[in-house]
Amino acid sequence: MSTSEDFMDLPGRLIVVEGIDGSGKSTQLDLLHKWLRSEGYVTVFTEWNSSPIVRDTTKRGKRKQLLTPMSFSLIHAADFASRTHEQILPALQAGVIVLADRYIYTAFARDAARGVNRKWVRDLYSFAPPPDLALYFHVSLEESIRRIGAARAEIKFYEAGMDLGLSEDVSESFRLFQGRILEEYDTLCDEYDITRVDAHQSLVSQQVLVRELVEPLLEDMPRREITNVPTHMQTGYVSLAAGGGL
Amino acid sequence: MTKVQFYGEPPPGIDQEWLPGRLIAIEGTDGVGRSTIISILRDYLEANGWGVVDSGLRRSPLVGPGIDQAKEGHTLDPITLNLFYATDFWDRFERIMLPALQAGMVVLADRYIFSLMARAIVRGAAREWLEQIYGFALIPDQVIYLDIDAEDLVLRILERGFDFWESGGDYLHDRSIYDGFMQHQREQLHEMSAMAERYDWDIVDARGTIEEVFEEVRQAVMPTVESMSRP
Repeated sequence: MSTSEDFMDLPGRLIVVEGIDGSGKSTQLDLLHKWLRSEGYVTVFTEWNSSPIVRDTTKRGKRKQLLTPMSFSLIHAADFASRTHEQILPALQAGVIVLADRYIYTAFARDAARGVNRKWVRDLYSFAPPPDLALYFHVSLEESIRRIGAARAEIKFYEAGMDLGLSEDVSESFRLFQGRILEEYDTLCDEYDITRVDAHQSLVSQQVLVRELVEPLLEDMPRREITNVPTHMQTGYVSLAAGGGL
Repeated sequence: MTKVQFYGEPPPGIDQEWLPGRLIAIEGTDGVGRSTIISILRDYLEANGWGVVDSGLRRSPLVGPGIDQAKEGHTLDPITLNLFYATDFWDRFERIMLPALQAGMVVLADRYIFSLMARAIVRGAAREWLEQIYGFALIPDQVIYLDIDAEDLVLRILERGFDFWESGGDYLHDRSIYDGFMQHQREQLHEMSAMAERYDWDIVDARGTIEEVFEEVRQAVMPTVESMSRP
């Protein structure tokens, strides 16, 4: 089991993005990823809920609506543990850059919004290495709903927090649940060393800020020789990625 | 009535202060005979008019299939494995054990959180972390510990064959299966005995015949069962 001291010697860098659905965090991380690669940095990308060992169980739980606040919390922790063991820690040990789309703060915010004890969730994730940079893309509920509405036809059961019985109406439940998550994120920004990014700004100016924040972390990071890379990769032009979300 | 008390922070969604049923956990290591004893005990209690539900590891509809699949790969790290089991435990608690306790039944848990903690501890997981996570578990009315030593245990295992995980195959790579089994079980038994003392379990010597062990278990659990109103 790891303790916080064990993480001190990890030569890699861990950069994570957080925010509610529709905050644009995945787009920003994707642009950062492309830029870093174009600069020759070795990067490992990991996203929430994607462990090959655990993902299928979570999917089944969601499809059959078998998940309750506690099992939802636990299975996501299992997914995260598996990715920590197989992707995140090895990459940090190898001294490269890890980019994580959502990290432990997602669990802290969502699980607390589902009524799970806050201290319990923090203890649950105590095996996680602390990030070198955590960016929180803050967006208002109205703006996130506007963006999601444009990108997605329907909101999923657990995304809307329908398991909590806040409202029979999916849109209303989504609004209430995401509102709770926003409040949790606000608290988390005070509790942890998390950098707030105003996600209402233009996509390009956000990316400029992100790169400024990342640059000091790049010192000593190994780089590859860049050859035959298409021009747009080298300069890191901003191109819009399709809205992801979970 | 069973007072609703947890080892740590109470989990969300359980409002009752009292449950009419009885929760009895049967703990003991791999191959010690828990399932045999539970199946006989269940028949006995049911024949006497008690409503009984039993629940064993990996039988949760949510996680059971996923754990089996993941274990086939032999690549699970101790933390992920433990969290899979914690999810399985919680799912079975909410779906099977809790409703049965609410309905006034006797719940026979084939292992409880303690086996899960012991397994993870011998694989290097932090005790404090495990105690924090498993703080969500309801404190049972009674824990029966089927006690055995590794030397007697291995004689039973020889008849049915060794299992990769029961022999610590995932973390004791350089041992023969026999040496791995003995070391893994000794360490696990050591952890379990320490818990038996700490949590004040009822210890039953599991080295006897099935009839002998059952009789001891029966005598130990009947006061707990009979403290409910008679059927």
